[in-house]
Amino acid sequence: MSNSYFFNRLLLAIPTLAGAVTITFILLRVVPGDPIAMMTGPGATEADIAQLRAHYGLDHSIAHQFALYLGQVITGDLGTSISLRQDVGELIIGRLPVTVELVLIAMLIAASLALVLALTGTFWRDRWPERLVDSFIGIVVAIPDFLWALSLILILGVAMPVMPIFGRMDLTVSFDSWTNFYLTESLLRGEFEVTRSVLHHMVLPAVSLALPLMAITTRVLKSCLNAEMNREYVTLARTRGFSRLKVIYSQALRNALVPATTLSGVQFTFLIGGTVLVERIFGYPGIGNMAIDAVINRDLPLIQGLVLTFAILFILVNLLIDLFVTFLDPRLRHA
Amino acid sequence: MAINRRSFLQLAGTASLTGAIPMALKPSSVRAAGDTLTIAYNVSLPSWDPTTGLSSVNPGLQSIWKSVFDQYIDQNPDLSFKPGVLSEWGWNSDKTRVHMKVRDGATWQDGKPITGEDIVWNLNRAANPESGNPVGGLIWGSVGNLKANGNEVTGDVNAYVADFFKWMAFLTGYIIPPHYYEKVGPEGFEKAPMGSGPYRVVEFVRGSFVRMEAYDGYWGGKPAFRNVIFKFVTDATSRVAEVESGASDITLAIPFEEYDRLKGKPGLTGVATPVSDIAMIFFNDTGPMEDPNVRKAAVHAVNKEAIVDRLLRGYGVPLHTLQAPEYAAFDPTTTVEYNPDLARSLLAASGYSTDNPVKFAIQTTRGYLPKDYEVIQAVVGMWRKVGIEAEIEVYEVAKHYELRATDTLAPAAFYNWGDSIGDPNDSTGFAMFGPSPHSTWDTDDLDAMIGPLWGEKDEAKRIAGWKGVDKYIAENAYVLPLYQQVQPVIYRSDLDFTPHVANYVLPFTTKPKS
Repeated sequence: MSNSYFFNRLLLAIPTLAGAVTITFILLRVVPGDPIAMMTGPGATEADIAQLRAHYGLDHSIAHQFALYLGQVITGDLGTSISLRQDVGELIIGRLPVTVELVLIAMLIAASLALVLALTGTFWRDRWPERLVDSFIGIVVAIPDFLWALSLILILGVAMPVMPIFGRMDLTVSFDSWTNFYLTESLLRGEFEVTRSVLHHMVLPAVSLALPLMAITTRVLKSCLNAEMNREYVTLARTRGFSRLKVIYSQALRNALVPATTLSGVQFTFLIGGTVLVERIFGYPGIGNMAIDAVINRDLPLIQGLVLTFAILFILVNLLIDLFVTFLDPRLRHA
Repeated sequence: MAINRRSFLQLAGTASLTGAIPMALKPSSVRAAGDTLTIAYNVSLPSWDPTTGLSSVNPGLQSIWKSVFDQYIDQNPDLSFKPGVLSEWGWNSDKTRVHMKVRDGATWQDGKPITGEDIVWNLNRAANPESGNPVGGLIWGSVGNLKANGNEVTGDVNAYVADFFKWMAFLTGYIIPPHYYEKVGPEGFEKAPMGSGPYRVVEFVRGSFVRMEAYDGYWGGKPAFRNVIFKFVTDATSRVAEVESGASDITLAIPFEEYDRLKGKPGLTGVATPVSDIAMIFFNDTGPMEDPNVRKAAVHAVNKEAIVDRLLRGYGVPLHTLQAPEYAAFDPTTTVEYNPDLARSLLAASGYSTDNPVKFAIQTTRGYLPKDYEVIQAVVGMWRKVGIEAEIEVYEVAKHYELRATDTLAPAAFYNWGDSIGDPNDSTGFAMFGPSPHSTWDTDDLDAMIGPLWGEKDEAKRIAGWKGVDKYIAENAYVLPLYQQVQPVIYRSDLDFTPHVANYVLPFTTKPKS
């Protein structure tokens, strides 16, 4: 992959972001719900309502509002949240690390489980372990992440209360974070009690998010592995006396990882989408949880800021995945 | 060392294993959790300013604010009023001036005394349109020229508002410390709030929890629990799990089915209290609702008792006016009979029957309030039996506010009207007075009855007037009140919890059972 390719990809991100900003802005103005009507009390006069409308710039035409907003976004100003009365950029930066850590751990869980299950299914192909894996995957993929969340709460939080079901960290543990990346920062600072607590609280939400992704990744990886196992190089390796396990692990897996990794990149964005409900259910203070409040309160600047953040994440992750796949596959590197 | 694919994959595997090691490490710096009351709360706190902005008129946040901030005037659990940070208050005889007195010994949480000047600053700020107080113009601006003399405050009445002092126990009726607020500014205040209430904020993680510690200098005495944690658990299923697993001590706003199940579980108990929220159906003076026979039939056809008993498992109090029994203008003699035969004959007089039904739309939220959609389905079913065919339109509550503000609601629209100070100005008044931006019914006859009551200075006459208005509304079927909501609260059975009709869950009135 050349530098110009990377640069071109970055350039392409600009119209994508512009599209996301425009569509979000227009959609939010045409869907039902007046933020000012939401925020006025029972005794508010029409003058009070008009004043609030002017204060948030909602008394201008949509075109005028859009021009103002675009000008702000270009300078990095995402505006002020109507419901939280704080800078949208600061709010998102404060919550983003929470979601990013959760999603990365969920991806790690999904990837690890998918690897084990796909290898199991491939190694014992056409035997009962593969059928077991297929059945398990079939069930897991049919259940959405929020239902996993509720089920895990009931099983491991209530029936057998062994896991915490609320928040990011034990409320009796104190941690003065500089970056809000609790997990990474506590590891680097040697605050292992915080690390333990964060991981402990992360297990159920991360597993809830990971299970559907794990199921899809397992299917793709297993299918790719099976395809690789029918290739000539595998037959050659087997005739030269390599064990089935050795061939799968050292030969077929590397080749099968490329499409599975690409798929994971696409799924990562769905994973971020999944945080909206899962964070809500577990009281996890990330951007997903904040997004629901923003929508309920018709907090237009915050919703716009969050959608823009999701779009940037989507672009960045796909770029990183492209780089990673190139790193894994020498053919792409020299293409 | 050059990194190739093989070494990268090996490193990645090693790193993930290393990351798991701290999981096994033993806790070392855990703070004591005893003497702590944990509340799984249903609303997430967006702001620490209880006097301005969107959140200040959200009734669901008041329990948290009341833990940290003082209100000018307080309320008992039955909605009656009692001194807050003000020990005395009132009007002069002709109600042209107000006077207030700050209680002795009241201090801000930094130990500084609360003065009359502080009260003046807070009232002036609330009345200032630039502060963003949503009721500043109508309520707080009704008094001006405020002057402090020690702990005494006096002022002139700009426009008489009968429930001005009641609002001092209601939405935005809080005080914040002027010296601190001016020093740290609005953003600093959000980061480190300070009040004069029973608890001070120790830690606040937006969207997750707030931890509080008892303020030793509180004028109202020491609360039973030294520490309080409000967890913001906005999902009802998660709140049930929180209290059932023992992770939280109290929760509220859970489905009635879960309430019935949990209150019988060992270690848990519950209380379901009628609160100051009224489920009702707005009628809009448009289309078929302009026909009194249709309105009256729509009212007589609804069996509220059946709705409460069968849909709400008995958790509701059927009502005939917009006044709950705890309100100042509640009149038990004003009733509307459930009489489907009468409804049929009224409709027949206007040419409608089950074969030729009158048709209109009814709007409702779905899932915003307990069983909202199901209740409307039941109402529509009852209407159908007498000759009313109503089509249900589901919308978000934000849309309801928008339509109500522009007076474009459907002929019928379900809503929940809250009035925790129980004054008729704030129930029937705002809901039914045509010029109010929150009303839907807009006819001269009713406005002519309500208009003079806003300025009525004789309290007995004012309350009697509102009772008359409610009777007139009931007779003319200008609105369909359904039932008073009931708030289910589940808590640990070793706690002594006091329910509050204003729908508060207050940590400082909760104590271990003796």
